[in-house]
Amino acid sequence: MLSQLRATATLLALFTLLLGLAYPLAMTAIAGVAFPDQASGSLVTRGGVAVGSSLIGQSFTGADYLQPRLSAAGDGYDGSASSGTNLAPTSARLAERLRTDGRAMKAATGAALLPADAITTSGSGLDPHVSPAFAELQVPRIAQARGLTPQEVRRVITQNTAGRTLGLLGEPRVLVLGVNLGLDALAPNAAAN
Amino acid sequence: MTVVGWLQILVILAAVVAFAMPLGAFMSKVFQGERNVLTPVLGPVERSFHRLAGIDPGKEQSWLGYALAMLAFNAAGFLILYLLLRAQGLLPFNPQGFAGLSPDLAFNTAVSFVTNTNWQAYGGETTMSHLSQMAGLTVQNFLSAATGIALAVALVRAFARSGAQTVGNFFTDVIRATLYVLLPLAVVTGLAQVAMGTPQTLEASATVETLEGGEQTLALGPVASQIAIKQIGTNGGGFFNVNAAHPYENPSPLSNALTIWQMLVVSIALVFAFGRLIGDKRQAVAILSVMALLLVAGIGVAYWAEAAGTPILASAGLDPAGGNMEGKEVRFGLAASAMFAAVTTGLSDGAVNSMHGSFTPLGGMVPMVLIMLGEILPGGVGAGLYGMLLIAIITVFVAGLMVGRTPEYLGKKIEAKEMKMAILAILILPTAILGFSAVSAVLPAALSGLGNAGPHGLSEIYYAYSSATGNNGSAFGGLAANSPWWNTTLGLAMLLGRFAYIVPMMAIAGSLVAKPKLAPSAGTFPTHGPLFAGLLAGIILILGGLQFFPALALGPIAEQVQMLGGKTF
Repeated sequence: MLSQLRATATLLALFTLLLGLAYPLAMTAIAGVAFPDQASGSLVTRGGVAVGSSLIGQSFTGADYLQPRLSAAGDGYDGSASSGTNLAPTSARLAERLRTDGRAMKAATGAALLPADAITTSGSGLDPHVSPAFAELQVPRIAQARGLTPQEVRRVITQNTAGRTLGLLGEPRVLVLGVNLGLDALAPNAAAN
Repeated sequence: MTVVGWLQILVILAAVVAFAMPLGAFMSKVFQGERNVLTPVLGPVERSFHRLAGIDPGKEQSWLGYALAMLAFNAAGFLILYLLLRAQGLLPFNPQGFAGLSPDLAFNTAVSFVTNTNWQAYGGETTMSHLSQMAGLTVQNFLSAATGIALAVALVRAFARSGAQTVGNFFTDVIRATLYVLLPLAVVTGLAQVAMGTPQTLEASATVETLEGGEQTLALGPVASQIAIKQIGTNGGGFFNVNAAHPYENPSPLSNALTIWQMLVVSIALVFAFGRLIGDKRQAVAILSVMALLLVAGIGVAYWAEAAGTPILASAGLDPAGGNMEGKEVRFGLAASAMFAAVTTGLSDGAVNSMHGSFTPLGGMVPMVLIMLGEILPGGVGAGLYGMLLIAIITVFVAGLMVGRTPEYLGKKIEAKEMKMAILAILILPTAILGFSAVSAVLPAALSGLGNAGPHGLSEIYYAYSSATGNNGSAFGGLAANSPWWNTTLGLAMLLGRFAYIVPMMAIAGSLVAKPKLAPSAGTFPTHGPLFAGLLAGIILILGGLQFFPALALGPIAEQVQMLGGKTF
């Protein structure tokens, strides 16, 4: 019995040192050298200022920007409080929200059918992507707000669209932050228009 | 459903099997103490662990000694983790300055990680210091997985040996499982995850200026080192609140494929190792084919239900061809979300890459049912294999009843004692799930935590106790479970589901190991063919159906019917 207790206590101490400190700290050291950008959050800079992460969605409300999906993370795209709505498919609250948002978006875009991600919230509340169909729906609005042709806006979107990985995994997607950085580079004084 | 979606599912499963075969061969060597490819590097570490802890690897334990060592090791692990969580406010590596956890939350969390459940009643990035994530949660991610592997190996030895008294040395098995299997896989795949974008830093967060002039704080931390073992060890407890739906935990379709691969590979490899250890690979193939068949069926139902969407989504103007994207990420879409949901519950993993509570009722019923079937398709590391072997014992017993012979499995006679113990273990699941659910369904303190009304509210209760008892850890997340009632009862359900299952299982191991191994005779029911596989699949479905169908009729099935009628709550 005593030998069992000794084995238990010693092993827990050894494992805590090995798995709880040595392993994560060694991984941190290796990752910091081999993949410094990814290890520190894949931050995107513009003019030396960090403006976001290429992996994390951020809030865009202006008509001149490609707008992301709805977010339930904090007050919306809170990078320190990820969350979905967790509303049931039969939730009255969800149904009411979908009806209101659907009506508004159909009126604004003139679309008969909306893409599946247009008025649904993502799982993380930090989804950095929209579907190509949802991006296309926003092209006329962005073009008008920026004084660009739809073709120019589409070109920026295409540059920030990824297909299925290996033609197989996941779904085609448009990186919202990438598009908006591209739009700003193309028409920098959009805010003034 | 699309062809590409199905192709994605089948390619990932094929990649798992392709690697699990050699890994299984490697593991069978490791647990027989044979020289293997990693011995030159890890042999000295293994020997020093044995020496420092005063363990003689040649000195084996009876089933009771093995079980007691396991209980002591887990009890001590629980105590250390509980104290660490309570005291985290006073300890280093706490850049966010988080306070210690409340007693009920610390109890729930410590039980959760020691039992390989990883139910999370808290949001990681808003609760846990780096020290708690690393020295607390990550350590138990390894050790609870190693405990499961050790127990499965002990049961397999009981089948393999003839007229023996001992089933192995628990401490030696845990050391070997950790050093040779879990740690190398975690290091290699964890670094791959960093390369794909998962952060690994001691910084707490980064603050950025958004394009529209706002400020965004991005929570960071030693993420990759924890989520690698969370998947390899089928723990499932995420670094962030939304787990593998978080773009840092699971940045891309490729990382998603890797994550699914990680959580399946050790459990499948264990089945191959089982075939080698008992010296009959056909037995492993029979079990594996049942696991694969039912798991793919589960994936199929979830995928179909999510692709079908809901009338409520359609009436809001959404394209019905797009399916149900509420609670799902664009980069994964329907196929990869449905597959993840089925795999994480066919296993006892519990990580999620989409919000199960926002699935359609039938789509959300799939993960719930997979947990209720006992998480043996293929089940968590170790726990899946020993769970499946218990069902196999029941299956040969039922077959024996039909033809009037004493049942045998793998050359061991199955008699009254084994059957009693197997039934005792199996009954834990319905007792805890339905018992706790019944009480919670009428208790105001429990009901105040529900996030949704109507049948879905009942489903939230079922799911929570299924997840806890099955040591899964996923949730219908609408439930606000961080309250004394939920923390305490879910903690108890986790303990029952883990240890009240393990002790009878080990008693079976003790009884079987002492029996002589019989050569198959003309009257032996072969357990490697399609007939046995079909019977095994049938028993799994019938057992689960008898136990849980009435409950499911009041929850997800009622909700599906109401939803088709356009009713909301």
